Amino acid sequence: MKEKQQIADIDRSVYDIKDTETDAYKIDAGLTPALVEQISKEKNDPVWMQQFRLHSLQIYNELQVPDWGPSIDGLNMDNIVTYVRPNTNMKTKWSDVPEDIKNTFERLGIPQAERKSLAGVGAQYDSELVYHNVRQEVADLGVVYTDLESAMHGEYADMIRKHFMKLVPPTDHKFAALHGAVWSGGSFVYVPKGVSVEIPLQSYFRLNAPGAGQFEHTLIIVEEGAYLHFIEGCSAPKYNVANLHAGCVELFVGKNATLRYSTIENWSKNMYNLNTKRALVEEGGKVEWVSGSFGSHVSYLYPMSILKGKGAKMEFTGITFAGKGQNLDTGAKVVHAAPDTSSYINTKSISKDGGISTFRSSVVVNKDAEGSKSSVSCESLMLDAQSQSDTIPAIDVRTRKADVGHEAQIGKISNEAIFYLMSRGLSEEDARACIVSGFADNVSKELPLEYAIEMNNLIRLEMKGSIG
Amino acid sequence: MSHNDLLRIQNLKVCAGEKEILHGIDLDIHENEVHVLMGPNGTGKSTLGAALMGNPAYTVTGGDIIYKGQNINEMPDNERAKNGIFLSFQNPIEIPGITVSAFIRSALEAKTGKRVRLFSFKKELEEKMALLQMDPSYAERDLNVGFSGGEKKKTEILQMLMLNPEFVILDETDSGLDVDAVRTVSKGIEAYRKQSRGSLLVITHSTKILEALPVDYTHIMVNGKIVKTSDSSLIEEVNENGFAAYENAE
Repeated sequence: MKEKQQIADIDRSVYDIKDTETDAYKIDAGLTPALVEQISKEKNDPVWMQQFRLHSLQIYNELQVPDWGPSIDGLNMDNIVTYVRPNTNMKTKWSDVPEDIKNTFERLGIPQAERKSLAGVGAQYDSELVYHNVRQEVADLGVVYTDLESAMHGEYADMIRKHFMKLVPPTDHKFAALHGAVWSGGSFVYVPKGVSVEIPLQSYFRLNAPGAGQFEHTLIIVEEGAYLHFIEGCSAPKYNVANLHAGCVELFVGKNATLRYSTIENWSKNMYNLNTKRALVEEGGKVEWVSGSFGSHVSYLYPMSILKGKGAKMEFTGITFAGKGQNLDTGAKVVHAAPDTSSYINTKSISKDGGISTFRSSVVVNKDAEGSKSSVSCESLMLDAQSQSDTIPAIDVRTRKADVGHEAQIGKISNEAIFYLMSRGLSEEDARACIVSGFADNVSKELPLEYAIEMNNLIRLEMKGSIG
Repeated sequence: MSHNDLLRIQNLKVCAGEKEILHGIDLDIHENEVHVLMGPNGTGKSTLGAALMGNPAYTVTGGDIIYKGQNINEMPDNERAKNGIFLSFQNPIEIPGITVSAFIRSALEAKTGKRVRLFSFKKELEEKMALLQMDPSYAERDLNVGFSGGEKKKTEILQMLMLNPEFVILDETDSGLDVDAVRTVSKGIEAYRKQSRGSLLVITHSTKILEALPVDYTHIMVNGKIVKTSDSSLIEEVNENGFAAYENAE
């Protein structure tokens, strides 16, 4: 028992270190038009954006909370602080970022990763980006990687207005509307026609303020024949009050372009993660999602791909690990809207210590999407009798000329396998960790190396003290 | 008990669930001996192997297992492994995500409590794989995943050679193997006999694997009891007459 405590405390500590709050500006909790106007003013929005926010707030007030997923009763919007501006403006050099914020990102390994293996990095602290930088040689190719706020005022202003919340309109659901009203921070990426960005770009989101919400918006446009790998990482220290993350990701993948979007989400376990991600894929283009969900108290997360052009493709590889007190509802959605499109969804979920993991998928094949193929496979592993795992697939096929398959497997950890590994000297803990890592292996292979290592560490950490 | 006693089993009773499978087994094994355990299917031979290794699916309901002078009835399986007991599984389990090489290294590290030096480890692994006529690429394949029956058994023997235990239980290691594979596995066992003064308990119902092995004792188990113990001549006899005489004696 003692060891459990220690290990859990020591190892999560890197995420849990709370910085003293030295915010330059923090808006009152709750949500009113006056508050939204205030955020808009703080952020120096163009007029259309201010109107967009107010309109979104109106929609937010009209929509009901979802009645089909995990309970979000613990989330009281009147207590959530929607906007917290850190005590700095955006820097392009790490040395200019204030010491305490810089230390946080140093501990999380972000600047080190930038030096080693990234083409560009964005770091968001609470509601605003504190750092954004892209390598000169990548910028020279015409690649834009910046925060959405400054892009709204520069030469990409029209492009942003044309795309912002067009894929995920505020009417989509209540939290999309909330996002539209109070969004702040995030990234704008533009990759011009034919440009292949060989090394990944990464944004890291860190929520430090207790009782706050993070509502970053990521807008990525990859033009015809271009290639990009974008990585996002998220974490927050644990507070005793509910925090909310309602981010929004909109991806536009051009003709014959490829976008790979990887996420490792490790929010603390007081977080409500109500995130919306969507991609629109043109003819011959491809979106590849890699998604690891480890943290948060409640998650609703189903990245969606709309295969709009002929021959467009999507691949989704995901892993969800629900431990004690977590109810993670994750999956993927795809709409086949053109002929010869294909989708491939492969997920693994693990639940332990009473954690609930639900896989939810939706595959829609439209009438004119002849010759399309879809394959969905989900596997779950429950590590004890208290844990729960569910699979809720929805399939809607409107043409006879499509090939759609679904495969689900729910299992328990095999005692025979544990005995086998232990009979060679491994401890029960190591034997279990070994089996779980093995179960997750084909997902971790999809991740960039540092993330695969981080994921394995997370699994090992989660498995520690899982005995007895 | 003499000081070169390795294992002493006294009146051992073992249950699987509610059902008693072993009804009082007595068996003494000394250092550097080869024991063969034969008997018809379903008499409890594999149960004895599993109970000696500490498989939690079986419960010891009576008697003692004394290993190196210590009662190990309550010792968990991984501690038994660290103390030098090794069970070659009849059906080795497939474990995706961990390679043969990485697994043997973790097992060695668990056993010795020390970090294994990579260079000398790799060299030793390569030598032992060559001895077992295993393709070197198997070292980097996931443990037993997609291996043929013969490859799985060779991998068990490879682990035995690398971990160098003091007491080895081979549970039907020869079953389902072709003649060549049996010969290779036998070569592995010979190599083990050369590198160690350890003892073996060979559970089998064929005799192919025993041809190259000098057997000290042969035991016949029927219905959860050892009904006859003798030297290697008993193998010949069973080869000719089968187990009928012993079964009828029950």
